[in-house]
Amino acid sequence: MSSENILEISGLSVSYGGIRAVKEISFGVPKGKVVTLIGANGAGKSSTLRAIVGLEKPAGGSILFNGAELSGLSTDAIVEKGITLVPEGRRVFPNLSVLENLKIGAYMRKDDLTADIAWVYGLFPRLKERSWQKAGTLSGGEQQMLAIGRALMSKPAVIMMDEPSLGLAPIIVQGVFDIIREINRQGVTILLVEQNANMALKAADLACVMETGTITMRGTGAELLENDEIRAAYLGKTKK
Amino acid sequence: MSKKTKNICTAITVLLAVVLIALFDNDVIGNAYVKRVLNLAAIYAIISVSMNLVNGFTGLFSLGQAGFMAIGAFSVAIFTVPAEYINSIFYLEPMAPWLAAIRLPFVAALLVGGLIAAGLSLLIGYPVLRLKSDYLAIATLGFSEIIRIVFTQMQTITNGALGINRIPGITTMWVPFGAAAVCIGIMVLLIHSSYGRAFQAIREDDIAAEAMGINLSAHKNLAFAVSSFFTAIGGGLYAALLTSVDPKQFYFTMTYNFLLIIVLGGMGSVTGTVIASFIITGGLEWLRFFDEPLTIMGVSIPLFRSGLRMVVFSVLLMLLVLFYSRGLMGQKEFSWDGIYARCKKIKTNLAGLSKKKGGA
Repeated sequence: MSSENILEISGLSVSYGGIRAVKEISFGVPKGKVVTLIGANGAGKSSTLRAIVGLEKPAGGSILFNGAELSGLSTDAIVEKGITLVPEGRRVFPNLSVLENLKIGAYMRKDDLTADIAWVYGLFPRLKERSWQKAGTLSGGEQQMLAIGRALMSKPAVIMMDEPSLGLAPIIVQGVFDIIREINRQGVTILLVEQNANMALKAADLACVMETGTITMRGTGAELLENDEIRAAYLGKTKK
Repeated sequence: MSKKTKNICTAITVLLAVVLIALFDNDVIGNAYVKRVLNLAAIYAIISVSMNLVNGFTGLFSLGQAGFMAIGAFSVAIFTVPAEYINSIFYLEPMAPWLAAIRLPFVAALLVGGLIAAGLSLLIGYPVLRLKSDYLAIATLGFSEIIRIVFTQMQTITNGALGINRIPGITTMWVPFGAAAVCIGIMVLLIHSSYGRAFQAIREDDIAAEAMGINLSAHKNLAFAVSSFFTAIGGGLYAALLTSVDPKQFYFTMTYNFLLIIVLGGMGSVTGTVIASFIITGGLEWLRFFDEPLTIMGVSIPLFRSGLRMVVFSVLLMLLVLFYSRGLMGQKEFSWDGIYARCKKIKTNLAGLSKKKGGA
């Protein structure tokens, strides 16, 4: 693949004991684009993200970030290089305030945070109103905003999101995807894992379909949206 | 409430505490017994806050407090016992000569104990802190017992089961209270630093914390080592307060005292812990009359015998846990705003009550 890929995954495998969750997959994430992995439960999407950020040890293969190997590094070293994960199910720190949550997101940084806190509050005005509120008292959508804002605080080059639409009302999902596009427009590369294939494909420049640990199909978001198999399997046949 | 009034309130409280300690210290009020209980409570406050740092703030269920306390206590005992008493204390087997040659001032002995405890905690922390919840508790409990048994066996160093007495005592209340202020102050600073935030992030959700780039094992070890250091300092003060130590004092039941204090005060609240350590230490003393034989109109009540105190205490605790399951303070800290809000609430309630009465 071309050298403009900020993230280059080749032959990546992830195993849990004897079970291979991800089987030698390869794909690239071009700089400044939105790439999405879609697929059913257990397809290995989350495992792929967890392996990239070092939460799971890859069983094989390589992960290149700006040409440098990531596999084998610890998560804190990987985050420091500029990749963050917005974990599945939001996972905000419930008993800490919104502001504290954001500050923890910037834990690897030693410089001044005021400008970035203002930036995140600009993206999510709702969070600013609730700055001193405990994160556990926020609604699901607000918690998802906080999880994204927290990840942005580390000033990542690549932000990976694991099912940001999980458990949210359709109107809130729309808002989350608007934010994803906005963040991307401001220059952050995005790797998105979703089960909401419709929304993900509309937002994505490139997409890969994962099934039982392998990538079965790939193309631009628009191509896959038009693909009959995809429409049958993930979007519901009757819809356009 | 404005910041200025809050600062004034804080200044008045501190001044009041200082004046009270000065009055106690110069025997204007209280007696030796009260002073001793207060000193003990101050020392327990240090140990409880350091236990809370690990259990309440970092979310690691560790029960090794008694062991680390023993290290500090024996460090003070071994290094500060005056040279002329050593032979009469170690009468079964003499103290190792190299050790007998080292005599340290009290503060140095305290710090040595703290550093040994912190070093040991790093050594065991690396493998043990990978465990979670109950498993970590069992491992640290086991470690604490190992220390106690090793101390019982090291005859030439710790004088074994005989223990060490004639430790130069604490002569003024400023020592335990000053040490408590310094130690707890340092821990509060740590908790409010970015490290402290990382500790709390680990408590809240370790996977998310790791995804944010927080090195879990490094931070858990740091919290554990700092906690062990201050626990050992507390142990050293405890030895100096009692002027004698022996390994039997550091049974794992000792740890439960502190667990009790942090559960009562609130896991994750420093001020709650400090308040609770005074309540529990004082309360245990206050309940002592249950242990005395009681005679009413010539009939002695058989229930009043030594041990009843603990029964009553346990019942009180059960009631407390039932109705205040998150402790006195929960994860909150004491604040003047909180007091102000509560007073206002009581006032409005009272006003509402009198209005109702007037209406009826």
